[in-house]
Amino acid sequence: MTLGTMSSRHLALALFLALASAPPAWAEQRGQAKEQVEFGIQVAQRGLWKEAIYRWERAAQLDPTYAAAFNNLAVAYEHEGQLTKARAAYEKAIALEPNNALVRQNYDLFKEINDRAAQKDGR
Amino acid sequence: MTARLRKTGASLSLVLIAAMAACTSYTEIPIETPIQPKLDVSAFQRVFIAGFIAGENEDVDANMETVRLLRSQLRNKGIMRVIDADTLPLLEVAKQNSGEVTAPPPPDQQAVSQPPQDPNKLVINDEKDLEQFQHLFANVAYWKRIGEEYQQPLIVTGAIVFAPQQRSGFVQREQESYDPFGRRQVVPVRTYMERKGFVLRPTFIFIDGRTGETLHTETFREEILYNANQQTPALSSYFELMDRLLPAFLNTLTAQKIKGTRTLLK
Repeated sequence: MTLGTMSSRHLALALFLALASAPPAWAEQRGQAKEQVEFGIQVAQRGLWKEAIYRWERAAQLDPTYAAAFNNLAVAYEHEGQLTKARAAYEKAIALEPNNALVRQNYDLFKEINDRAAQKDGR
Repeated sequence: MTARLRKTGASLSLVLIAAMAACTSYTEIPIETPIQPKLDVSAFQRVFIAGFIAGENEDVDANMETVRLLRSQLRNKGIMRVIDADTLPLLEVAKQNSGEVTAPPPPDQQAVSQPPQDPNKLVINDEKDLEQFQHLFANVAYWKRIGEEYQQPLIVTGAIVFAPQQRSGFVQREQESYDPFGRRQVVPVRTYMERKGFVLRPTFIFIDGRTGETLHTETFREEILYNANQQTPALSSYFELMDRLLPAFLNTLTAQKIKGTRTLLK
């Protein structure tokens, strides 16, 4: 075993250990997004829907694979009467988690209202 | 070995509990979805519910009942000032106006609407029966003249079909039963039933009293069916059906908030 081979093995091992011990970037982003989502829920419960939208948009930016962020965003858009945006956010949440019954239930309820509004507009 | 197995089992249980907690991490929240009105009525300060073409039903005067109901609803909501005037004799106007190119005389010169006597009784059961009156709603000169008389309000008119209906077929209902252990069970059962009820199909036409032109038309359909042996007065059925579609009618003129509950996820 040469000195060069040994040092490269050590280097690889050190690199592996460093990677294994540090949390992956996606996990860190999910953690930050989760914080935003939870804060958004707290403010929404106090009726501060615009602040909630800001938080959930931020969460969706941080982690574009986080279905809860899109679901909550859709609910907030719905509350604000922004039905086109709400539909897009629900569809994104369903695409991310097709088997999530709670998201589907929200979407079904939304569609009832949206269809009524669309019928009125003759769309 | 057993200790290791126990440890693994405990870890698995913890993972399962954590997964379940993650799955049930949600919050229900009430929301109010605003629906914008279809019509911009800011140009109108007054609304005139002018009356409706309606068939003659022995139990319900659909024209007068609808006029009364819409006026009181609009008055309660305070959307616009409701003009309290006699309804227009639309049937007479339609008869006089059919085939004429010129505008009909103003309402004060028209004969007071009298319901035709049998055998010429007016029966309106579907859209086909209403076709003969369509020219009336498109008569811009007539509606403009009405608008001038009432200080250019938003005019609401149209046609109401309120007709009895009968239907038979299989319906699913829930039947209660008890098993040998005395436990209550509810099972769906399909049974053949004769049912009768009413169908309400109003068409609301919103006319600009300044120009006589139609701004918006909306048709609704609601029906109700009862067991054939149930005696429900036609008038109460009429109000039950109108009650269902009133929010949609009012939403044409004013924004509405629809209350509901949604689930927020963590």
